[in-house]
Amino acid sequence: MPLQKDRKAAIQAAALTVRQDTIRMVHRANSGHIGGPLGMADFMSVLFLEHLNLTPANRHAPDRDRFVLGNGHTCAGYYSLLSQKGLVPREELERFRTLGSPLQGHPHRNLDLGIDFSTGSLGNSLSVASGMAMAAKKRGWPARIYSASSDGESQEGQIWEAATSAAHYGLDNLTVLVDFNNIQIDGHMRDVMDVRDLRVKYEAFGWHALDVDGHDVDAVHDALLAAKAETKRPSALICHTILGKGVSFMEDQPGWHGTPPSDEQAKAALAELGA
Amino acid sequence: MLDSSQLAPLATGPKRSVATRNAYGEALLTLGAEREDVLVLDADLSGSTKTKDFGKRYPARFINMGVAEANMIGTAAGLAAQGYTVFASSFAMFATGKAWEQVRQSVCVPELNVKIAATHAGLTVGEDGKSHQMLEDVTLMRVLPHMKVFVPADSVEAAEAIRVASITPGPVYIRLSRASTPVIFGASYRFAVGKGALLREGRDLAIAANGVTVAPALEAAALLAEQGLQARVMSLASVSPLDTEMVLAAARECGAILTVEEHQVNGGLGSAVAETVGEGHPVPIYRHGMRGTFGQSATAEVLLAHYGLDAAGIAARAKDLHSRKKR
Repeated sequence: MPLQKDRKAAIQAAALTVRQDTIRMVHRANSGHIGGPLGMADFMSVLFLEHLNLTPANRHAPDRDRFVLGNGHTCAGYYSLLSQKGLVPREELERFRTLGSPLQGHPHRNLDLGIDFSTGSLGNSLSVASGMAMAAKKRGWPARIYSASSDGESQEGQIWEAATSAAHYGLDNLTVLVDFNNIQIDGHMRDVMDVRDLRVKYEAFGWHALDVDGHDVDAVHDALLAAKAETKRPSALICHTILGKGVSFMEDQPGWHGTPPSDEQAKAALAELGA
Repeated sequence: MLDSSQLAPLATGPKRSVATRNAYGEALLTLGAEREDVLVLDADLSGSTKTKDFGKRYPARFINMGVAEANMIGTAAGLAAQGYTVFASSFAMFATGKAWEQVRQSVCVPELNVKIAATHAGLTVGEDGKSHQMLEDVTLMRVLPHMKVFVPADSVEAAEAIRVASITPGPVYIRLSRASTPVIFGASYRFAVGKGALLREGRDLAIAANGVTVAPALEAAALLAEQGLQARVMSLASVSPLDTEMVLAAARECGAILTVEEHQVNGGLGSAVAETVGEGHPVPIYRHGMRGTFGQSATAEVLLAHYGLDAAGIAARAKDLHSRKKR
């Protein structure tokens, strides 16, 4: 089913809030990552609002859907979505990256808040998500397991170990959304270490793989439906995005991968985002 | 001191020898019959680690992950996050060396029920040589918060360590051997987290061993007794947490402690004992084991003798340490 108009508007509003929250959180903490969450905001909002079965009521249910943020450094946007879904109190966003906060600089497992796994070390996530998907199959649960990853994380060898085993065990309940923005911390990915065509690679590993415009919420929604319809194979959605999307001076700038904004920059960014 | 019912009759009758990896394989079959929530993962070494029999009997609960240890540990973590108790096995070299970061990030940080039962630890791998003789695994696992580390001395203690691991919440590392070792404990012996086993009483010095070095340590104590030295012998299978009470009592009552392990002395059992004694009741210590070298190819027996980890070598070190003891 295509997205209804009001659902699409809600997703776009959520993505805007993700972008605003991210700027505020990273600015307040004076540390953290902005570019990734801004680029991922659209496809993550489709996933969290329209597909991921995670609510305050079912957060402790063993058979619900799961989400593992492989590129854990982009967690400001993730925390914003958990807050928009009622799992993380709004005021907690203000304590991001400070002493004693459950919203650590990289995610730490906290089922009360809907944070399904501890991540931050690139490469480890797809193995964990595969284990969750195997468990759901063994238990006979209808749960779907989602993981976010990135072009940079795809440089890690363990991703391809997991891609091998997930295909071997036919984990059709597993979907990875790969944020492909051609930027990593040292520069443009194509210059640092080109991972080339990830759709072709995942297909070669035996996955159902699609290229998607990661900012086109209808296209992402359709791709997630196609992943759900797939039987026997795990799905990889290669989401092509622009790092820093929504703030003109951040877009496609490797410098905005992991730098906090100054007061003036934060103000200008929020103004562009209509806040 | 364990009573005689908890010890095998070493002195009388023929010695029975069993590898701790075989005890692991059998303990898994018992667990499989008792518990539906136990899964076993292996990385293409199930014949050697002895998980294969579990896989044959409970195919739906056995997952072969191929030659990919990092992915095996991550997958184990994902399964454990969904409520399973997962045993993950490979050789100690790969399970703790190649996958250390996954053990830290995906198992220990979220404190999951992943039990890493690794075989072919230490010198007694034998002919395969230094690439396969893992001598740093206890160090690597012991430094991790939330990780418990067990190094059982024989097949009875190994089976017990597996049983205890299966009912102890959180990550556990169990170090197992390829080579057959004499059975020391009797069937009624019960292993407990953080508890050592006092195997022989003595007050001239104490010998703290674990794993395959416990049997030669007991033999060494017998040799020392012939020369008039009474050595206390402790099996410290639980390296983390350590039985600090037993270790400090040995420091107070014996005045010198020799640690013995088929492992680097840096970071392993010797370090654990030295840390405890240094902070609690300083006495002379000698950490006997591998010092700044990797192993080499030979039979297990030849290697233990070459590196002084047989009864004669341990007795010689004990005498040397005893001569340094404060009087």
